[in-house]
Amino acid sequence: MGDLSPDDWTAIALSLRIAVVATLASLPFGVAVAYALARWRFPGKALLNGLVHLPLVLPPVVTGYVLLLWFGRRGVFGPALADLGIVLSFRWTGAALACAVMGFPLMVRAMRLSFESIDRRLEAASGSLGASPLWTFVLISLPLAIPGIIVGAILAFARSLGEFGATITFVSNIPGETQTIAAAIYTDTQAPGGDAAALRLTLVSIVISLGAVMASEFVQRRVEARLAAHG
Amino acid sequence: MIDIDLHRRLPTFALDVAFRNDAGITALFGRSGSGKSMTIGMIAGLARPDSGHVRIGGTVLVDTTAKTFVPLHKRRIGLVFQDAHLFPHLSVRKNLAFGQSFAPKAERTIGLDAVVETLGIAHLLGRRPAKLSGGERQRVAIGRALLACPRLLLFDEPFAALDRQRKLEVLPLIERLRDEFKIPIIYVSHAMEEVVRLATHVVVLDAGKVSAAGTPEAVFAGASVLGEDRRFGRSTVLSTVVGDHDAAYGLTALHHPAGTLWLAGMAGPQGATARVLVHATDVTLAVGAPGQLSTRSTLSGTITALDPDGALAAVEIALNGGGWLVALATRRALDDLALSVGSAVSALVKTVALDEGSVGR
Repeated sequence: MGDLSPDDWTAIALSLRIAVVATLASLPFGVAVAYALARWRFPGKALLNGLVHLPLVLPPVVTGYVLLLWFGRRGVFGPALADLGIVLSFRWTGAALACAVMGFPLMVRAMRLSFESIDRRLEAASGSLGASPLWTFVLISLPLAIPGIIVGAILAFARSLGEFGATITFVSNIPGETQTIAAAIYTDTQAPGGDAAALRLTLVSIVISLGAVMASEFVQRRVEARLAAHG
Repeated sequence: MIDIDLHRRLPTFALDVAFRNDAGITALFGRSGSGKSMTIGMIAGLARPDSGHVRIGGTVLVDTTAKTFVPLHKRRIGLVFQDAHLFPHLSVRKNLAFGQSFAPKAERTIGLDAVVETLGIAHLLGRRPAKLSGGERQRVAIGRALLACPRLLLFDEPFAALDRQRKLEVLPLIERLRDEFKIPIIYVSHAMEEVVRLATHVVVLDAGKVSAAGTPEAVFAGASVLGEDRRFGRSTVLSTVVGDHDAAYGLTALHHPAGTLWLAGMAGPQGATARVLVHATDVTLAVGAPGQLSTRSTLSGTITALDPDGALAAVEIALNGGGWLVALATRRALDDLALSVGSAVSALVKTVALDEGSVGR
């Protein structure tokens, strides 16, 4: 694939950057929401669960448009954030936000399952040994949920790489700023004679996604082997 | 000093449990579903009572009138369940050390070395819990609870999943905990042998209520404690003094004023007190000196009561020198021997029926 153009490389680098930032930035929120949904009972739990899952079922364009209404230059939160020096619309950071929102349901689902599968009596044992709920979370729940946390992160990462609709609605398709691989392929297919370029990026996309999924499988196996099943 | 008084409505019955004990091992004895585990849960802080209190060694952990409810992690009560619940991602050493750092510095009186030595788990320290056998796991779980320097240890049927041989290995460890570390223990079980062996105080729970409480000798004085099985549920606990050990035959003499029992196996140092559980079905009655029999353990006494039940009758015997024994015999045998209240009898106990594992000290 030595014949990738500089523009292709820009799109690839940008895609990876956006996906990594989106995944890492949403990770703490994902863990917190997943743990709350798995272990706590609180009013509005069903509503929170619904909101988290909404991006999974809404048309991505709708999610992108809602983001634009909220975080656009003249959106609900846009001006206030701009005063703090944070501009999201038509920036790669906005693309990362869109990707994070779209990947969030997948991330939370995997992590929640992982937390739910932990034997509560292990957490009770930790408490009886003097560990506060926070220490129990850090020393017991979190390490035992690591396989699911990794899976959740990889799923969110892969979803970010594939994100198109919400991103293009929210931050448009600006080469070098918000033009990800998916957006670049879309542009190529719209231009006359762009088929070859579209195909190159398609192959790149497949390689990256497949690599990510295989890497997650590998890491998960390693971690699970270390944890061993039975306590 | 343990002072428990707990009340809670449960779906099938109301739980009302109150007991006190100064030190040693308090056994909570009862059938499954009698409320033992809920009681333990409320003492540990896993569940809340509707009303009542939990006081351990002068510290109030629960008092519903004062709205006191100390959370689980501040109670410092060690828990050991039927499943060890070791942390699967930590080595045995890290499992053991887990609670140490959370105990207040001034109260870290129990050291890793002493615990490892007592429980015989030095060779396991580097392993993962998944690589341990059931008995090893329970020993590590006990060590982990001990090293948190708890004010109370709660054992909830800790050895129910172990086979007899493993139990015989682990039960003496509980006695060592009681004697060496001086931590009060509440021990939940539905195995009479374990209770008789370990407990200094027995609380019998039946459908959420305390139906009997006291020393094992007083509680297991021949009545069918759990009520459901009049034939096999009856047994007596005798207080004896450990005598000579006959190494050639592997027998230990247990002296009672009414006679000597022979135990297959060991029962602690000479001169120590040993409690023996004798099932009513394992006692044979004889008039006068028994003739040529294989039974070597004989206790003499006087019949004080007969309780006929179909073809059988429970015979209550006041042993010479104090204590009670209950024997089951057929009514015909009693008539043939002309036994009635006031008759002097010899009670023969088969040595093989005395369970080494049930002998408490």
